[in-house]
Amino acid sequence: MASAGPGLESLVDQIISVITNDGRNIVGTLRGFDQATNIILDESHERVYSTRYVLVNCDLLPGLLSNALIGSLVQNSAISNKFLSWCLKEGVQQLVLGLYIIRGDNISVVGEVDEELDARLDLSNLRAHPLKPVIH
Amino acid sequence: MDLSVFHRRNKSQVNEKDIIVTSNFATQLFFSYFKELVGKEVTVELKNDLAIRGTLHSVDQYLNIKLENTRVVDQDKYPHMLSVRNCFIRGSVVRYVLLPQDGVDIDILHDATRREARGG
Repeated sequence: MASAGPGLESLVDQIISVITNDGRNIVGTLRGFDQATNIILDESHERVYSTRYVLVNCDLLPGLLSNALIGSLVQNSAISNKFLSWCLKEGVQQLVLGLYIIRGDNISVVGEVDEELDARLDLSNLRAHPLKPVIH
Repeated sequence: MDLSVFHRRNKSQVNEKDIIVTSNFATQLFFSYFKELVGKEVTVELKNDLAIRGTLHSVDQYLNIKLENTRVVDQDKYPHMLSVRNCFIRGSVVRYVLLPQDGVDIDILHDATRREARGG
């Protein structure tokens, strides 16, 4: 029965992207898993998506540059991407987590990361609302 | 598609191999049904509102689903899976599976579920 069921065997030692029930996105190398989809992730990091602009190099910018103002400046192409990446933190922040074990109950999706596609992603220009949590 | 065949097959499976004795037939029915859809294009909507479209690769008894050639339905809103082409979806977070038009024979499904409800 279910001889070729959708196990995670084929993904072991590959880079995977996990979406958890609370909407987090964790990327790492799959080292192990079990029946209940508990998984072991090595060299993992979390990708934090947000639509907010976080100022770095703040001392050079007036404190009144609010998120809304920056948002409208970007929309009107009043400031260039180059300037953006200089004074604002990147769109998707990556937090290093290391070795992680995630309980199966909290896992929504396990995606096989296509490394070529992933390398082509421009995370600094990717802005999105965080994923909603799963509501059962 | 003749679901009565699955029905019989499932019953005999449970009797012969003594697989999970507590497994209810309704789950088995949908498991069999999804197995028949392998290779077809489906859209899986999750309980976090994310909808993923792809070719159904496999299903297991928990109704975990594996999709190939996936793309998220609203990619602008959800760019979180842009570098993912194949994915595993945990059965517990699936809200809907949208089937291809030719993948549904409602009369047969009605019949089969009624039979299940009557207890075989």
